[in-house]
Amino acid sequence: MNDLSVQFEGVSKKYAHFSLENIHLELPTGSIMGFIGANGAGKSTTIRILMGLVHQDAGSVRVLGHSMPADQAAAKLDIGFVSEDMRLYGAATLAWHMDFLRPIYPRWDQTYAMELARRFDLKPQQKIKGLSHGQRVKAALLLALARRPRLLVLDEPTTGLDPVARMEVLGELMAVLADEDRTILFSSHNTLDVEQISDQITFIDRGRIIDSDDKEAFLDRWRRLRLVLPPDGVVPRLPGVVEVGGSGRLPVLTTNRFEPAMVSACNDLGATVQAVDTMTLEEIFVANVHSRRERLTA
Amino acid sequence: MHSDIVISQSDGRPMYLQIMEQVKQRVAVGDWAPGDEIPSIRQLAVALRVSVITIKRAYLELEREGVILTQQGKGSIVAPNQRLSPQIYHEELSERLDEVARLGDLLGLSSEEIARRTKEASDRLNEARLTKEIV
Repeated sequence: MNDLSVQFEGVSKKYAHFSLENIHLELPTGSIMGFIGANGAGKSTTIRILMGLVHQDAGSVRVLGHSMPADQAAAKLDIGFVSEDMRLYGAATLAWHMDFLRPIYPRWDQTYAMELARRFDLKPQQKIKGLSHGQRVKAALLLALARRPRLLVLDEPTTGLDPVARMEVLGELMAVLADEDRTILFSSHNTLDVEQISDQITFIDRGRIIDSDDKEAFLDRWRRLRLVLPPDGVVPRLPGVVEVGGSGRLPVLTTNRFEPAMVSACNDLGATVQAVDTMTLEEIFVANVHSRRERLTA
Repeated sequence: MHSDIVISQSDGRPMYLQIMEQVKQRVAVGDWAPGDEIPSIRQLAVALRVSVITIKRAYLELEREGVILTQQGKGSIVAPNQRLSPQIYHEELSERLDEVARLGDLLGLSSEEIARRTKEASDRLNEARLTKEIV
């Protein structure tokens, strides 16, 4: 029994102007991972390797116990994949798409498909070309969900959705997780979505994984400390500081290894801790990317 | 029974703390009685559209504080400990008093002044109660 649904070990892929380097990634079964990166960071390439659509130059990829890309045909029966560039047939209706997929996937659930159509406010008899962007995303998601896949892989599922559609999609993703044998990986540059529903969070930048952890640990270890120094005081050296901002006697430190004991340590060094601020996932992501890029150029 | 827990995105506190506070309030006012079964971690996660790991964290801390009991494979219940409610109120009182001290300090009030203001608030409450009894 393998309790990892996705496992990347030392995966690399080189292109002329972009390379994915030494990617390690582990996604436990029954959880949901938010995969965050700026545009062009390598999210889609990583997902295409996971799906066997792009072959890695080095490293091993296992998905639901299958080795990729070798066993991709068997793996894909159990994976539901939705990406932005996936095209449905414009001239055909949603019902036509359902009838097309039903005989291919043994676990296709027609009752659930119709229920989703109702909840997403989609009319099965409507042609795809008459749908708005949000309706198309929901139609593609419906077709993936009704197959009842063990692993759902979603490339930017909430991009371009209005707030109501976003909440519907996030709610449906959480409903999938009610079954603890099912797993979701979704990429996004909307950190708010990721912060709310993800168990695991992975940051990618310029083709490298820069941080990966469970969400609670992430939010717990990042803090901003606002200090007041005595005249001629020096900024105390604290573990995990990635950024020092603020001004002379009022420095602001950002650390990724916060512990409550740091506050008394600062006081012992003569610096008064004025405030310890928690950070949103967005602030953590930006601080993480900046510090990593600065270290690379230093 | 759980649909009325509200997660605020603009509340600065982490989501697990917001969930803990609302569960504690529910227990304190008796909406959730000792021994009552409460939603499983996954059920609550789906209902609130919040990750499983966040609810797990809230439940772990609530268990550590003695508010709920989680039995392996059986789900969670409100702890059958009858002394629980006053205990929760005491904790809340301490938190509010810390806040009072902080605000007082911000305004430059002395501890004597803060104590006097606290007593005034308590007197006002007693007075209001007396008037009600007379009417």
